[in-house]
Amino acid sequence: MQQCMHCGMCLPTCPTYVETLQERSSPRGRIALMRAVADGRLDVTRAFADEMYFCLGCLACQTACPAGVNYAELIETARAEVERRNVLGSPQRNLLRSLLLQRLFTSRRRLHLLGRILRLYQKSGLERAVRALGLMRLAPRKLRELEPLAPRMSARFTHEAFASDYTATNPVRPAYRVGLLVGCVADISFAHVNADTIEVLQANGCEVVLPQAQECCGSLHGHNGDVHTARRLARINLDAFDVDGLDAILVNGGGCGSHIKHYDHLLSGDADYEERARTWSRKALDIHQWLEQIQVRPPRGSLATADGPLRVTYHESCHLKHGQGVSSAPRKLLAMIPGIELVELTEADWCCGSAGIYNITQPEMSAKLLQRKMGHIAGTGAAVIAMGNPGCTVQIEHGLRQCGLAARVEHPVSLLAAAYRAEA
Amino acid sequence: MMMASDPGLTAALTAVLPAVQVLTTAEDLAVFAFDGTAILHQLPACVVMPETVEQVAAVLRVASERHVAVVTRGSGTGLSGGSVPCEGCIVLCLVRLNRILEVDTANLTMTVEPGVVTQVIAERAAEVGLFYPPDPGSIRISTIGGNVANNSGGLRGLKYGVTRDYVMALQVAMADGQILTTGTKCVKDVAGFSLRDLFIGSEGTLGVITRITLKLIPQPAAKATLLGLFDEMTAAAETISAIIAAKIIPCTLEFLDRTTAECVEGYAHIGLPTDVAAVTLMEVDGHPAQVEQQAAQIEQIARDHGAREVRRAATAAEATQLASARRTAFSALARRAPTVILEDVTVPRSRLAEMVAAIQRIAADHDVTIGTFGHMGDGNLHPTFLTDERNAAEMARVEAAMKEIFQVTIDLEGTITGEHGVGLAKKPFLPAAVGPVAMEVMRRLKKDFDPAGILNPGKIFD
Repeated sequence: MQQCMHCGMCLPTCPTYVETLQERSSPRGRIALMRAVADGRLDVTRAFADEMYFCLGCLACQTACPAGVNYAELIETARAEVERRNVLGSPQRNLLRSLLLQRLFTSRRRLHLLGRILRLYQKSGLERAVRALGLMRLAPRKLRELEPLAPRMSARFTHEAFASDYTATNPVRPAYRVGLLVGCVADISFAHVNADTIEVLQANGCEVVLPQAQECCGSLHGHNGDVHTARRLARINLDAFDVDGLDAILVNGGGCGSHIKHYDHLLSGDADYEERARTWSRKALDIHQWLEQIQVRPPRGSLATADGPLRVTYHESCHLKHGQGVSSAPRKLLAMIPGIELVELTEADWCCGSAGIYNITQPEMSAKLLQRKMGHIAGTGAAVIAMGNPGCTVQIEHGLRQCGLAARVEHPVSLLAAAYRAEA
Repeated sequence: MMMASDPGLTAALTAVLPAVQVLTTAEDLAVFAFDGTAILHQLPACVVMPETVEQVAAVLRVASERHVAVVTRGSGTGLSGGSVPCEGCIVLCLVRLNRILEVDTANLTMTVEPGVVTQVIAERAAEVGLFYPPDPGSIRISTIGGNVANNSGGLRGLKYGVTRDYVMALQVAMADGQILTTGTKCVKDVAGFSLRDLFIGSEGTLGVITRITLKLIPQPAAKATLLGLFDEMTAAAETISAIIAAKIIPCTLEFLDRTTAECVEGYAHIGLPTDVAAVTLMEVDGHPAQVEQQAAQIEQIARDHGAREVRRAATAAEATQLASARRTAFSALARRAPTVILEDVTVPRSRLAEMVAAIQRIAADHDVTIGTFGHMGDGNLHPTFLTDERNAAEMARVEAAMKEIFQVTIDLEGTITGEHGVGLAKKPFLPAAVGPVAMEVMRRLKKDFDPAGILNPGKIFD
């Protein structure tokens, strides 16, 4: 905190400052508030708490900060303090937090159950009927706002698909042995991206290991002030993966990657796990980083369509770019695919407003940022918006529907997998 | 005298401004208690965020009637404490007065409100093939109003001058709320005293700048950026002198010492070696043929004076990256120490080598760490103390070293501040720098412009 010398270099990179021009909604302002609390000049007030949660946690400020302030850690600590003092506590909020953070997102079993119910709702025609009859008008406001943001559920979740389709396709004499963290929402809703990831890895000499006992990475908890549960989930994952025997622990979501790379920090001082967490953090990588590192085989299949090359633009997930510093690897990967015309997106690394559960907790600011993003996307004329994070995917798909744009969202790895398939 | 607290102030302000533009909560005040300067800290009584000139005038009328101090600021990036609040004051924050009112390509001018970010002005000018040269280190967030009020410099001062050289006209709200305009779009204008030039660099003590007409020039057609790496500080200084002596006026002639280069590399990762004594950033711009010739000359001069290596940016993107990295120098130094105190001494170019040597000697004498970088081409140096405000013994040594640096600067016929302004940080040293007669004239001027003393009181002088 002392490291911040309030030069203001972060201000023009902060989406909430640029939209509001309120100093307290800037990184410099928020750090000043944290410092005032730490020095005993300010109480942990409701306004303080609101401001901490008004922050997107996009970490653009961290990239911009020449002084090297670790903003990620500051904001997580501040939110944990807000929760510890229960400043924002209300019966509904406490119940919702407990249900979501401590019940749902700690148990793959419960997530799977919810996934199956949602899948049934989406596929049985019930969803269509509800929408056609306008029944959502009867639902509580929060639910009404959330409904269009609900991701489509996959037909088969990642573990099922892996067990039936991919265990046999692991290379016989693998060059590498890698573990894949399949994510919580990604597991049930982006199973196709996980499948593409497994295919690409196997096609590049990697034996893929998918431990059954893995859980949500805990980023949701860490970012929302529930450090206790975040630590619990980290320990479960450390137990689930053969940390010593793997060459890398991979993840294809920017948000998860940004979090799991810091398990060492999260569990520092935990005598039983400290050592293992350090090894984990050394091996944890985003999929794009790993593919670059092992010099992924360029595909020969083309993604060009009858109308010519496929125009693709790349949106940077905040936690991939600012959280992990991964920016050129996904672009290089896309550029390597035949038949793709890669066009640069204006403000590619400006937050889309998804920001974990920000689009649920702060719908107004989230909508502003989505609108800003969609304007730039429309300007590219791209048919595919590539991105490496499930949160952004849900948000930008929602934006595409709202704007009536025909483009679709893909993970760069899915495009690579498609190009491999096109070789046949 | 200022009233320490005025219970009716908020009500008086919300009578002339929408309530949302008057900030009074503890959370809002805490974030306006400082600017970009180390250590200085003071809570204001309230903050107002006007969106029109009329609102600025209305706030000033309220302040005048109630004898409440007004501290004007933009993005709060000042480095001399000029926009740090005083007790009981209204902070007049102008970031929402941020419209570009006109781009006049026939007269090569742009008229803007004071809250427009300097970078936005540069980009808007570039869109129509024009150039706004002043580029202070904080260009991406500093506002033009703050630049004018502090007569900010930047990396291009040597060839293109400073903010003052680009201000053609100003609209100013006076202490009592009256609106004054001074200057025109005319290149020649000698109608009366140049009041405009009094407001430039007045740090918010004479009036509140509410509209600015800037001069623009054509974009240079080409630019070349070179990086020189030196094992000896003197070799770098001699190279700079030799470039000037060869009658080349580069648009940028910057240098970083080893400490600064290490910190910048730690942030920007541009491949600066960290075992060099000095790094110079040298840019020439103009007609392509001339640029080519001068870049080659500079490269030769640097090599002749013992440069270990001279690199030339291959692309515009690489050139931008190098210049941007240089802009982060001040903030990057914070990687080394919790408190970073930046000085702004400037000497005639011929005395640069003496000044650099003196800074090194003073650092050693007082056992303090100083990282130095700056605009070698125009003699403006930024010796930066890396310290910790919680360490009283060290702070005392920093204090003593600082005094000595100022004294040496004055002895070398230099000035205590080249581009940051006096504010609070340089106030004690101003009388020695300008002398008693100048001080007296400044005091009389201040009394005339602001009889009640409500405009940024206690800044520049008491």
